[in-house]
Amino acid sequence: MARKETGDIAAGRLDAAALARNFADVAPPLDRQRALIEASRCHFCYDAPCIQACPTAIDIPGFIRAISTDNLKGAATKILDANIFGGQCARVCPTEILCEGECVRNDPEDKPVEIGALQRYATDWVFEQDARLFSRAESTGRRIAVVGAGPAGLACAHALARLGHEVAVFEAKAKSGGLNEYGIAAYKVVDFSQREVEWLLSIGGITVHHGKALGRDVLLSQLRREYDAVFLGLGLAAVNALGLEDEALPGVRNAVDFIAELRQASNKAELAVGRRIVVIGGGNTAIDAAVQSKRLGAERVTLVYRRGAEAMSATDHEQAFAQSEGVHVIHYAQPIELLERSGVLSGVRFEHTRIEGGKLVGCGEYFEVDADVVLKAIGQQLSNDGLSEAGVDLVRIGKGRITVDANFATSLAGVFAGGDCVGGKTDLTVQSVADGKQAAAAIHAYLNADREVQHG
Amino acid sequence: MADLRTNFVGIRSPNPFWLASAPPTDKAYNVIRAFEAGWGGVVWKTLGLDPPVVNVSSRYGAVQWNGQRMAGLNNIELISDRPLKTNLDEIRQVKRDWPDRAMVVSLMVPCDEASWKYILPMVEDTGADAVELNFGCPHGMSERGMGSAVGQVPEYIEMVAAWVKQYSKLPCIVKLTPNITDIRWPARAAKKGGTDAVSLINTINSITTVDLDLMAPTPTVDGKGTHGGYCGPAVRPIALNMVAEIARDPQTAGLPISAIGGIGTWRDAAEFIALGAGTVQVCTAAMHYGFRIVDDMISGLSNWMDSKGYKTIEDFRGRAIRNVTDWKFLNLQYDIKARINQDLCIQCGLCHIACEDTSHQAITREKDGRRHFEVVDADCVGCNLCMHVCPVDDCITMERVDDGSFQNWTTHPNNPMREKA
Repeated sequence: MARKETGDIAAGRLDAAALARNFADVAPPLDRQRALIEASRCHFCYDAPCIQACPTAIDIPGFIRAISTDNLKGAATKILDANIFGGQCARVCPTEILCEGECVRNDPEDKPVEIGALQRYATDWVFEQDARLFSRAESTGRRIAVVGAGPAGLACAHALARLGHEVAVFEAKAKSGGLNEYGIAAYKVVDFSQREVEWLLSIGGITVHHGKALGRDVLLSQLRREYDAVFLGLGLAAVNALGLEDEALPGVRNAVDFIAELRQASNKAELAVGRRIVVIGGGNTAIDAAVQSKRLGAERVTLVYRRGAEAMSATDHEQAFAQSEGVHVIHYAQPIELLERSGVLSGVRFEHTRIEGGKLVGCGEYFEVDADVVLKAIGQQLSNDGLSEAGVDLVRIGKGRITVDANFATSLAGVFAGGDCVGGKTDLTVQSVADGKQAAAAIHAYLNADREVQHG
Repeated sequence: MADLRTNFVGIRSPNPFWLASAPPTDKAYNVIRAFEAGWGGVVWKTLGLDPPVVNVSSRYGAVQWNGQRMAGLNNIELISDRPLKTNLDEIRQVKRDWPDRAMVVSLMVPCDEASWKYILPMVEDTGADAVELNFGCPHGMSERGMGSAVGQVPEYIEMVAAWVKQYSKLPCIVKLTPNITDIRWPARAAKKGGTDAVSLINTINSITTVDLDLMAPTPTVDGKGTHGGYCGPAVRPIALNMVAEIARDPQTAGLPISAIGGIGTWRDAAEFIALGAGTVQVCTAAMHYGFRIVDDMISGLSNWMDSKGYKTIEDFRGRAIRNVTDWKFLNLQYDIKARINQDLCIQCGLCHIACEDTSHQAITREKDGRRHFEVVDADCVGCNLCMHVCPVDDCITMERVDDGSFQNWTTHPNNPMREKA
């Protein structure tokens, strides 16, 4: 493929075989033999540190013991009972900063038990068998609206359905799954997200309405009227801008859109990818965008972050992965100007930065990086659409997120929220699942309290 | 460099490591490979009278434990299924080619004088060093009145041992079955019959696993199974005790013992020798890893002996016997407490939960609101359980805290039968 000076964006940079290889399972599943060897490494700690490190508090030693006795149904039940997205989390959790980071095997051996891989081994069994592990309690006659079919919303919906409630889920996009479906690198979740959602919904009692955005197709006030309670499991739909001129220049786009497009593409050979890519940002989205660009055949991918490696929200593991994939990482540099030639992007001008008196400042020294594509990955924000009606905020917002109490209740009676839209501890899938699960318990308690009052 | 040579009731071998009578010693091909690998001797797989027995397909069952293959092994194979003459010819040739190695021939014939009188001269004629009487095999042959059917009746043991001594000049080793209540009785009977030595243990009656699909024991032969002889690392503690019982029994003390039972390393061998064994016999470990394991057994034992200043096997043989005693003679004043090395502790909590749930509630789990494991001396009885469950070497040790006084049960006030001072 001949190189173009500027605007070198083209599909089919790699042949089908190379693309298949590049987008195959990045961490292939353990077979039984390897799983048993790994399971035998678990000390079966008492009150185990790994459990405490898991936002959903999965009984990790318990499920590993079940694996060691070939009781995969028991293992999967333990996992999914605590975390209904246990299959997804097995694939995408940064285990090195969660369960595996706390594994007592780190101390003497520097090699924790591969908890994530074992969790996948156990949960894969469920989807292979299409096993039904949970059933619903007797119908309560209560109806709950859930907004957003991402990890928080669906975890909440599933827990409510188990308790016997009827749940209606309203999702703006065409598919369920949220970031699982649209926001994770393809090689981490090969052919999985929709299968997992399908399995989750098979419990019954949950109806998902796609193409229904809050504020556009459904109103919060209307949901409050029609349902006994509402759970808001919104994502962060608004993408932060660089704050530079010409951000609308052809070639400049949001990393999350690129990732979503890639995930939805039926044929990756038809995806246009730049020859020279600049990714701006330091989170896992930046890493996913950079590595996937490289794996689509980009010649040179440069990831630029304004602070040092330790300040990146991408984990050490992810950063090392990007570098091993050939992504060139530049720390301490901030974008100053998007360069253009003949109406298209030609590069980015950066200024070196440093920390001075605890603050990030520009050094007054500059450099340019040629680019056909710039992917912006400097974070997302909560979109206020739908949270205010007729110019009035319906729920209290603080620090850009919905304010909730310890029971995930918002300032509006009967309206609960969890996941990315409330923020908090981490922005991980597993945190959203934990929020959804706990919010469901809170909603259940709220409805029961309500009933007790009604019936005196 | 330590001298590993042994002279066991006149049977000389360059080291104490023999292969036990079993599949690894079934024929010349295997035995030659074993000698090439360095084994000091073999006990040739048991010979019987013609026509040869017939063996089944599907012969071994194994116990796997926590990823370890063959922690225990059982078999339902019978004695040699080759014609007697074939075995005798090969024994003769191999002994001629390897004169410095011990060649012991295992025998099992019907429990009548004529059978023993018939077979013994043929064995002696091969130039073999000794015979071992297989009174231990617990499966198949025992149904025909041989093997453990003999070994479980002390009178039969004495009788056959006497025949063997009468009809052969060869040293005689009686191989004992552990499938008996008190191992001292058959050992005493063997000695009374005039045997030169005993070897033990033979395999333990067992069913290794039950196949829950077939609903049949393993190894399964066309849908059915039978009890087999259990061996391998799992049986070693049983063998150690039985060897010690014979070694410290006043009636059999000094009776030469060739030890068998889960021996796979030089350390295992050293433990049996410390309890009085003159040679050790190995089977399962060789069947698991091949004959090459003897290499480390030889160098390991030799290096350990060097480090202890033992020049010959005799220098440490039997040294532990005097410390094997009856419970009633143990010092009741002895007191040890568990000590947890906090620098080595990995916070797994296994010591706490073992003690809390199943012992004496003597290990706390928290200190100043943090995960921390510490022994409460007042409640610790010094049972060692926490030390055994701890996955980190030397993290939990036991410290002696008593004043050095002595009192055992024989004089303890709580003992109604106590001896008067």
